[in-house]
Amino acid sequence: MINWRGAYAIFWHELMRAFRTAFGSIIAPVLTTSLYFIVFGAAIGGRINEIDGIPYGAFIVPGLLMLTLLSESTSNASFGIYMPRFTGAIYELLSAPVGVPETLIGFVGAAAAKSLILAAIILATATLFVDYTIVHPVLAIGYILMVSAAFSLFGFILGIWADGFERLQIVPLLILTPLTFLGGTFYSIDMLGQPWRAIALANPIVYLVNGLRWTFSGTSDVNIWLSFGMTLGFLAVCVGIITFIFRTGWRLRD
Amino acid sequence: MSGVSTSTHRASRAGRRPLAIAGPPAILPPVSEPILDIRGLSKTYKGGLTALEHIDLTIRRGEIFALLGPNGAGKTTLIGAVCGLVRPSGGTIHAFGQDLSTRWRSLRRRIGLVPQELALDMFDTVSRTVNYSRGMFGCPPDPQRIESVLRSLSLWDKRDAKLRELSGGMKRRVLIAKALSHDPDLLFLDEPSAGVDVELRRDMWQQIGELRARGTTIILTTHYIEEAEEMADRVGVINKGRILLVDETRAIMGQLGRTEARFTLETPLAALPAALQSFPLALEDGGGLLVYRGGDGSGKGKREVADLTRALVAADIDFIALETAQSSLEEIFVGLVKNREKAA
Ligand SMILES: Nc1ncnc2c1ncn2[C@@H]1O[C@H](COP(=O)(O)OP(=O)(O)OP(=O)(O)O)[C@@H](O)[C@H]1O
Ligand SMILES: [Mg+2]
Repeated sequence: MINWRGAYAIFWHELMRAFRTAFGSIIAPVLTTSLYFIVFGAAIGGRINEIDGIPYGAFIVPGLLMLTLLSESTSNASFGIYMPRFTGAIYELLSAPVGVPETLIGFVGAAAAKSLILAAIILATATLFVDYTIVHPVLAIGYILMVSAAFSLFGFILGIWADGFERLQIVPLLILTPLTFLGGTFYSIDMLGQPWRAIALANPIVYLVNGLRWTFSGTSDVNIWLSFGMTLGFLAVCVGIITFIFRTGWRLRD
Repeated sequence: MSGVSTSTHRASRAGRRPLAIAGPPAILPPVSEPILDIRGLSKTYKGGLTALEHIDLTIRRGEIFALLGPNGAGKTTLIGAVCGLVRPSGGTIHAFGQDLSTRWRSLRRRIGLVPQELALDMFDTVSRTVNYSRGMFGCPPDPQRIESVLRSLSLWDKRDAKLRELSGGMKRRVLIAKALSHDPDLLFLDEPSAGVDVELRRDMWQQIGELRARGTTIILTTHYIEEAEEMADRVGVINKGRILLVDETRAIMGQLGRTEARFTLETPLAALPAALQSFPLALEDGGGLLVYRGGDGSGKGKREVADLTRALVAADIDFIALETAQSSLEEIFVGLVKNREKAA
């Protein structure tokens, strides 16, 4: 029997904790997105032709959204589990009637839920700067949900693996952000010549960005099924790692 | 999180009756069904340090059990193994008659833990963190229950304060409030009075007594001998991962709780006068030192020493110095540890 009350308590506590620091969690992403739109959309975008028949401003909306989803999901989930490990407050979680499902619903669910709320805020902010349409809205929501969940799981793993604040920062900073920037956030990889195009295709983020872009505009640089497949595969790998972590108590129980 | 089990857990448990009572080598057999039954529990940490070595321990329903031992004895490890913080290397743990490694989700609802360290999210508020604990343990919200817990620990006025704004003793009481928020039947207190002042310690003892009166079984660890002596029904002495002794607090005091009084006489006596024959006395130092050794830890020794003093005065035997000493639990404990170390 799953401890639903426990799962809900963790979920709510985590979500509220994340939003209690309102500036960091809501204003900052809105500000960042606005800056991107001003710089790339208005200033530079005016000099760039349409990409795949889409105005540049609208073209970067899914990419920017993906940028925020990845970094916010990862950092929220990783801090959510790292902090109690750091303070020792995790003792309570370990001694509570709380297992894998409760923990995932609570920590990963809260991080993903926060990302969804942020996604809505960012899309609303984007309407102030550019005209964009969402061709497949239901699929877009589904895709955002999937990516948020996947990277919240990833963040959770990161938060358990990290044994210092540096490590917690280093993966998003050194791996996630560069891959996202190079992953076709602000350009179509069709604009690249060889060998850069081939190299870009090895970047998994390319498939995530293009998957989301497809739900917005109906066009994509890569096979859309490959995008969905990669996202699901990433999700599955994360769930597998987390199951292993709980089985063995790795970094949680001595 | 998940109740991680080791294969030895189930294996060595096979064939045992769930409620079989085969306690540790205690003088008095357990009188009621054990609420916690630990068999052959071992723990070797990753670095190779063995913190627990084949621990057998049975805790009776409704008792206060004090785990006494020096730094690094394995007290926290033992509690951690029961509460899910430490993965045992071997042995079995049954709580409420059920295997804790398989039925952990339902059993843990009934177990509360107050950790040794002040492990708290310092930016949270008192009431939020206590309500969170209750929810995490699967209980529906109950503001009245939380209020009464906070009031009983004198935290009600601080309910909206951030934890970082509280004093150390208050933080410790928040940890206790968190552990009580889901009304556990079995409560672990890992050094509850560390960092708590004398007055509050008295309060805390009283509250622990009240919990027990309501039927909560309590296992506490302490370095304060008087705490164990004052509160515990039974005491277990642990050192270097082994349980040295488990017995009724009173029985330990009865066995070993001696009073010794040394009277330095003005003029040495050749033999004990008849008037003093009823006391357990010895003449030492060529008759210049009259030594009383007696009592059973119940206060009888001190009374007899008082009587003896009067008898000496009545018999006109002058003494110029008097020293008395109680063998406290501390001495017993230190003696035990030394004996074991010699034997090893
Ligand atoms: N996580 C750990 N990894 C490795 N060794 C550990 C760990 N935790 C405790 N130990 C070791 O296990 C032994 C028992 O430690 P434990 O914390 O159980 O002692 P204790 O009886 O609670 O001591 P104290 O009275 O100081 O709280 C010590 O030697 C300690 O160094
Ligand atoms: Mg300890």
